[in-house]
Amino acid sequence: MSIIEVTNLTKYYGKARGIVDVSFTVEEGEIFGFIGPNGAGKSTTIRLLLSLIYPTSGSAKVFGQDVVTHGPEIRRDIGYLPSEVYYYEGMKVIDLLKYSASFYDRDCTQRLHELSELMELEMNRRISDLSYGNKKKVGIVQGLLHSPKLLFLDEPTAGLDPLMQRKFFNLIREENKRGVTVFFSSHILGEVQRLCTRVGIIREGRIVEISNIRTLQQNNYKKVRVTADGLTPAAFDLPGVTNLQMDNSTVHFFFKGDINAVLQRMHGFQVTDVTIEEPTLEEIFMHYYE
Amino acid sequence: MNANIFRHEFRIRLRSVLIWSGAIAFLVVFYFAMFPVFADQAALMNQMMARFPQAMREAFGLGRVDLATVLGFYSFIFLFVQLCLAIQAGNYGFGLVSVEESELTADFLLSKPVSRTQVLISKLLAALTGLTITNLVVWVSSFVAVSLFREQRQYEPRPLLLLLLSIVIFQLFFLSVGLVVSLLVKRVRSVTPYSLGLGFGSYVLSAFSGLLGDVKLEYITPFKHLDPAYVVQHGAYDTPLVLLNVAITLVSLVVSYWLYIRRDIPAVS
Repeated sequence: MSIIEVTNLTKYYGKARGIVDVSFTVEEGEIFGFIGPNGAGKSTTIRLLLSLIYPTSGSAKVFGQDVVTHGPEIRRDIGYLPSEVYYYEGMKVIDLLKYSASFYDRDCTQRLHELSELMELEMNRRISDLSYGNKKKVGIVQGLLHSPKLLFLDEPTAGLDPLMQRKFFNLIREENKRGVTVFFSSHILGEVQRLCTRVGIIREGRIVEISNIRTLQQNNYKKVRVTADGLTPAAFDLPGVTNLQMDNSTVHFFFKGDINAVLQRMHGFQVTDVTIEEPTLEEIFMHYYE
Repeated sequence: MNANIFRHEFRIRLRSVLIWSGAIAFLVVFYFAMFPVFADQAALMNQMMARFPQAMREAFGLGRVDLATVLGFYSFIFLFVQLCLAIQAGNYGFGLVSVEESELTADFLLSKPVSRTQVLISKLLAALTGLTITNLVVWVSSFVAVSLFREQRQYEPRPLLLLLLSIVIFQLFFLSVGLVVSLLVKRVRSVTPYSLGLGFGSYVLSAFSGLLGDVKLEYITPFKHLDPAYVVQHGAYDTPLVLLNVAITLVSLVVSYWLYIRRDIPAVS
């Protein structure tokens, strides 16, 4: 069963575009990366799935139930970490976490303490006295303390120092091993690459690509760099070559297609150096944005 | 209803409730302590009052009541009590859901497994509980003040009870109108200007409605619907106006519910 099933989901804020005709599914137990620049519609999609906002058209199901009609039931098993965390300023950390736990019909006390120890939370401080990074840590504990089956992480690492980020990623991996499905939205590709199994790329409110990280890297493009004497860009004037750049005697470009075609073109030159590698997600990503 | 939300909301508002209740109790007792002086010098007072312009006496509801009587004097004070109650209830109404949105905690609350209906009902009941505490404090302080300072002067209990019973209707009006306005405007940045505007605005409409001739503005302000001078004079409510008041409250609540369960919670930025 698909954990998330989004069908032609569209959201307009008045006339302003939120997302248009978005469809995808997320399967049980996977970590799904959702990538796009700011304003592409990542948060809109998550907020629709949590029914904080309602769709203009289309539909979405979580755990097989419609998000508009079954919101409260669905949210029993959802953990949500928003991109910007805001909590009741006057409350103490422990009171906020207890308030959060009180909404779930299971005992969260033990998990609450485990997580706050891991995140090194100071339980008796007021929310208003916390730095941004510390608020974010409260957010992480708050999103996980009820052992949800599905996690929505909306740009979760902003404000966390590298050490905390690593702890956080380990935590997410552990949760995932226990069978938790993760929906991870980000514009930092490195972290998506490290964590996710599949990615959806969203741009200006529309999905431009959904695929396996591996296939995205392997089957799509190769990054080629050739250093040779007397090289001209014209030498690689092939179908499938993009982003061709030349500096000094080095040519680099992306190539999609049969790699033998490139090798043949190199044949006539005195090559001093060649690399053919899989592009980073970042480079693939930039490609979609041009 | 959700007990967690209720408890949280009630606790967050408790300090405000206690401050308002204390202030209003002080107002009632302090002003009513001056009653013996007014009553003793009744002739002199009425002479002085007669020198004020007619419009001004109207504005304070002085044209129709005798300040030398317990109920007359009490109804004069009650007008100010009403003004405080209006601002307090307006505050809670305007802030009921908008504070969560302007302080961006709505995401936290609404991503929990609760329905919008539960959220709204729990919040309304918590606010109403706070207002009821203030209401009870007004009852107690009124009886204390009257029994302390009336000095054997007799009064009919019925109009006093009617005035005190009107408080809950009055509070509900401002709570629900505040709520519906906060849901109709795009975003409430600060609650106080709205509630002061609504409270003073409807007071002024009532106070000066006489000056505006035939324009029937009094139909929309609860200060006219539940005019203390009228209640004391007639020993009864102006029933059609009270029904109108209740109708406005009910419509506001229904519209608020309709708007809230369909509302898109604004995101950060």
